[in-house]
Amino acid sequence: MVTMNSEKAAAKRKPEANNSGCATANTHEESIPIAAQTTTAGSEESPNHLLYKKMEKIVEKMQDETTGVPVRTVKSFMSKIPSVFTGSDLIMWMMKNLDVEDQQEALHLAHLMAAHGYFFPIDDHMLTVKNDNTFYRFQTPYFWPSNCWEPENTDYAVYLCKRTMQNKTRLELADYEAENLARLQKMFSRKWEFIFMQAEAQSKVDKKRDKLERKVLDSQERAFWDVHRPMPGCVNTTEIDIKKACQMNKPIHGVKIPPKMSPSTSGNVSAKITTFDTVKKQVNLLRSKLDRRNIKVSKAAESFVAYYEQYLEYDSFFVAPEYPNPWISDNPEMWEQEKIAKDISARRVKRWAFSLQELLQDPIGRDHFVRFLDREFSGENLKFWEAVQDLKALPQSQVQNKVTDIWAEFLASDASCPINVDARSYEVTKKNMEVPDRWSFDCAAAHVYHLMKADSYSRYLRSEMYKEFLNGSKKKTSVKGIRSIVSFSARKDNIT
Amino acid sequence: MENETKDCPVETIESLTKEAESLKKKLEDERQKLNDVTLATVAERLDIINYMNIKPRRTLKGHQAKVLCSDWSPDKRHIVSSSQDGKMIIWDAFTTNKEHAVTMPTTWVMACAYAPSGNLVACGGLDNKVTVYPLSLDEDVTLKKKTVGTHTSYMSCCIFPNSDQQILTGSGDSTCALWDVESGQLLQSFHGHSADVMSIDLAPSETGNTFVSGSCDKMVLIWDMRSGQCVQSFEGHESDVNSVKFHTSGDAVATGSDDATCRLFDLRADKEVAVYSKESIIFGVNSVDFSVSGRLLFAGYNDYTVNVWDTLKCVRVCLLYGHENRVSCLQVSPDGTALSTGSWDYTLRVWA
Repeated sequence: MVTMNSEKAAAKRKPEANNSGCATANTHEESIPIAAQTTTAGSEESPNHLLYKKMEKIVEKMQDETTGVPVRTVKSFMSKIPSVFTGSDLIMWMMKNLDVEDQQEALHLAHLMAAHGYFFPIDDHMLTVKNDNTFYRFQTPYFWPSNCWEPENTDYAVYLCKRTMQNKTRLELADYEAENLARLQKMFSRKWEFIFMQAEAQSKVDKKRDKLERKVLDSQERAFWDVHRPMPGCVNTTEIDIKKACQMNKPIHGVKIPPKMSPSTSGNVSAKITTFDTVKKQVNLLRSKLDRRNIKVSKAAESFVAYYEQYLEYDSFFVAPEYPNPWISDNPEMWEQEKIAKDISARRVKRWAFSLQELLQDPIGRDHFVRFLDREFSGENLKFWEAVQDLKALPQSQVQNKVTDIWAEFLASDASCPINVDARSYEVTKKNMEVPDRWSFDCAAAHVYHLMKADSYSRYLRSEMYKEFLNGSKKKTSVKGIRSIVSFSARKDNIT
Repeated sequence: MENETKDCPVETIESLTKEAESLKKKLEDERQKLNDVTLATVAERLDIINYMNIKPRRTLKGHQAKVLCSDWSPDKRHIVSSSQDGKMIIWDAFTTNKEHAVTMPTTWVMACAYAPSGNLVACGGLDNKVTVYPLSLDEDVTLKKKTVGTHTSYMSCCIFPNSDQQILTGSGDSTCALWDVESGQLLQSFHGHSADVMSIDLAPSETGNTFVSGSCDKMVLIWDMRSGQCVQSFEGHESDVNSVKFHTSGDAVATGSDDATCRLFDLRADKEVAVYSKESIIFGVNSVDFSVSGRLLFAGYNDYTVNVWDTLKCVRVCLLYGHENRVSCLQVSPDGTALSTGSWDYTLRVWA
């Protein structure tokens, strides 16, 4: 029987202890691949624990004597199979008691709970659930993963060794277990005698137990090891996300994680000051939150609905693109067509009218807009705005020069391409020029953008030039128009 | 205790705490006034999405360990992915061919990103560094690699903010940082989170001056890249925020958390406007992204599935099964024609 000797200690292990534990794990891992050190979360708040708690709530419901999954002792031939339930009973219960959508989802959740070791097939190392008459058994809470198990290879060796002492067919080692045992024996050759003795002692205790009780305990112990040393091809559910492991300063797969130097771990005195500072910060934050002018949820909601309605036509998950979706048709025509400047679809041109940003994002739209501005002799605003965007994208080393260039070209008194900005923006920008950086023209650029949007852009949309382009564009799909999702999916149904 | 009274009078802390309490209440009241109707109610007039035909279209096999991160190329068909075996692979996802396989100096490459030009990728992880690799077909890409920035803890996420010349990173040292690629100079650092930053996303506005970050302190913060200041904050999640993503309109942020929920926070209403959860969904969310219209939210979970949410009606539309271990990353392609997912089962998949 595995005993909880390493678990609590491991949960509270200090970093130094961690590192040394880590070092040994490291050597183990190099010599023996099965010894991947599993790290269950130690902290109560760790993501794994959050999950365990939820699963355990479900398991407790499942084990309710009256409303839970019916557990029986089944007679077969000369013997009895104690405390089991069938896969179909389990799935039926889940369908009835959890808000799962269909049988597939119930089966998937059941599989995951089995993989975490909360219940298990009574004679299979593969922890999964089938919707049939296969027998399953609940794991004892002692072996639940929430107990911070981090069983070590010696424990595993003792367990495997013990199995070989019991000459029962149901306890025979599987091939992979036999291989693991051989490896462990090699690894622990010096203390194998000790391991053997422990196994013998445990085996003796086991033999004194009642027959049915033993059957249950044997299977639960096996399932425990199926979780922590899963058979090849099965997922090890006790593994933890590397980022979370780092956060909790836990070793993972022998990787040493240096202790973090976060401000919160500094000395006591500063911690006290932080309390004061944090309260003050909180007050300031709350004040600024109160000062904000916010819109009503209804207004926000309406805008999301409107946005969806406007962009529905462009959402490939609802409406098929003009050219067949390359991922579905295996035909990259769509991407090739996009690059060619002719045969622009009406759908694409229509999008330019959604916002100035949409227009400028489309290279063809942008070019067309530039031509319109040139005709109106008002290209300087866009030129300026684009120069500012370019500036922001420059390497730091070129920023200074570009700032000077932009000033000289657009804002200086003898500018070659002067723009009109309001006095305030001009003053702000002029002040920014004292310490020029990539954001120096942001205020002026915002002003110019607003001007373009309100003036040239709206005139562009009303212009014959845009209308002509829109009418001349390829109308391949305009006949289809926007379809409701329902009718679209029905059509798609017919195709596939 | 003595120190405390000397440095800052107890009264001040107490009065400040008191003030904070009253401000909190006031804020709560103000919020309630604006909370006139739910998003789902407004969306009642829309048709129900009753059928989604999303299927796996490609499987990218080649990593020898867990896939930890991936990013679409701006050309809409290439993908860069990084994995725990210390490899970064550039895929032509359309043909499923590998174009580059780069071995990193560190295993655990937690983050990778394509530059807007498509000629450069950045990656990093447990080495605390962000390194860029110019992509060229004729020579070994590692020859021209360049380390741009270094954090004091692991680098969890990175993006190029509309330029090949800058990289924005998030780190386990609870900060975000903006770096100049050419010089490796730290242009701006962003302090405000009290725990590991897990995810960042750039606002899709025309200026692109703001970004969002999600952290293990359960907070979602909006930042001004110019000043380095946090301009807005959202709380609500009950555990680590693993993923943040701007709504395509730029007016809201979707989040995914270890508390098994996704949420929608509106910037204009300055509050949470939707929670996407279900009693039967108990596993944490690692990654979220929107479809082009913002109607669908794809979320990759630790339970090996992708749940597709109707963001407006706030119900689940469907489940995508296929991966055999946790879904660690997911992203809608730049033209919205496909969804890529990466998993601990060593594979990436493309769905459409």
